[in-house]
Amino acid sequence: MTVIAVDRDPIARTLTIVAEFDKPAERVWQVWADPRQLERWWGPPTYPATVVDHDLSEGGRVTYYMTGPEGERLHAWWRIISVDPPRSLAFEEGNAYDSGPHDDPPTTSIKVRLVETHEKTTMTITCRFAPTPDGEVPGAGTEKGMRLAVGQIDAILTTTWP
Amino acid sequence: MVVGRTATEERRADLIFRALADRTRRDVIRRAMSGTLSVSALARLYPMSTTAVQKHVAVLEEAGLVHLRRHGRQQLVQTEIDTVAKAQALLAEFEQLWRGRLDRIGDVLAQPIDGDRA
Repeated sequence: MTVIAVDRDPIARTLTIVAEFDKPAERVWQVWADPRQLERWWGPPTYPATVVDHDLSEGGRVTYYMTGPEGERLHAWWRIISVDPPRSLAFEEGNAYDSGPHDDPPTTSIKVRLVETHEKTTMTITCRFAPTPDGEVPGAGTEKGMRLAVGQIDAILTTTWP
Repeated sequence: MVVGRTATEERRADLIFRALADRTRRDVIRRAMSGTLSVSALARLYPMSTTAVQKHVAVLEEAGLVHLRRHGRQQLVQTEIDTVAKAQALLAEFEQLWRGRLDRIGDVLAQPIDGDRA
């Protein structure tokens, strides 16, 4: 596995990370599609994940909990927005306080895209924090101003963040 | 959720990202970098009432993303670059989380599948 690109955009509140794997897309897809494989990588070693429900279809739910060193359980859920095996997956993630109802607003929306070339697969993961429910279509007028200002922000962040 | 972060940090992160989850507010942050625009000057830029813009500015202020300062009869809005940098640092935390996950995916892919018939 090699991470080939990372982009952090604080104002758009997105993190994009691109990794390359030495396996065909069908194989890489399984780490999402097979709950037993998902459990082996989703939680950090100190907080292993246990997947309870795993319905990777549009509108489907995935529920899981991570077990901490003290035996405490952190419950969370995904709601599947779209799925196109073995190419793409989009879902929202949210916290739950127990294994009960999952009506808290999502904390993150995550998009996964797999592209296979010559037996290798690049996986692009885009996380947007505090996602807006109705999507975003910035007006053409503001967009130009935004791009200008993004340059400014980059400049400022480079000076304050070595 | 990021394991190891305290509840207070989690709430703060949530406050910042929720404040950023609006196009007008993101635009205000960008335009208020120089700190020379007043609330009413900002209000003229958007197709909404001054009150609506004031509300957006209040959300940003609560998240620590802008502060207001008096300049004569005007209230100038100034972006808090430290908080923008804080959002940047939060993304860096998530990047570490994902780098760990991607490493572990690499490990999973390197091993035969459990119960593999092969």
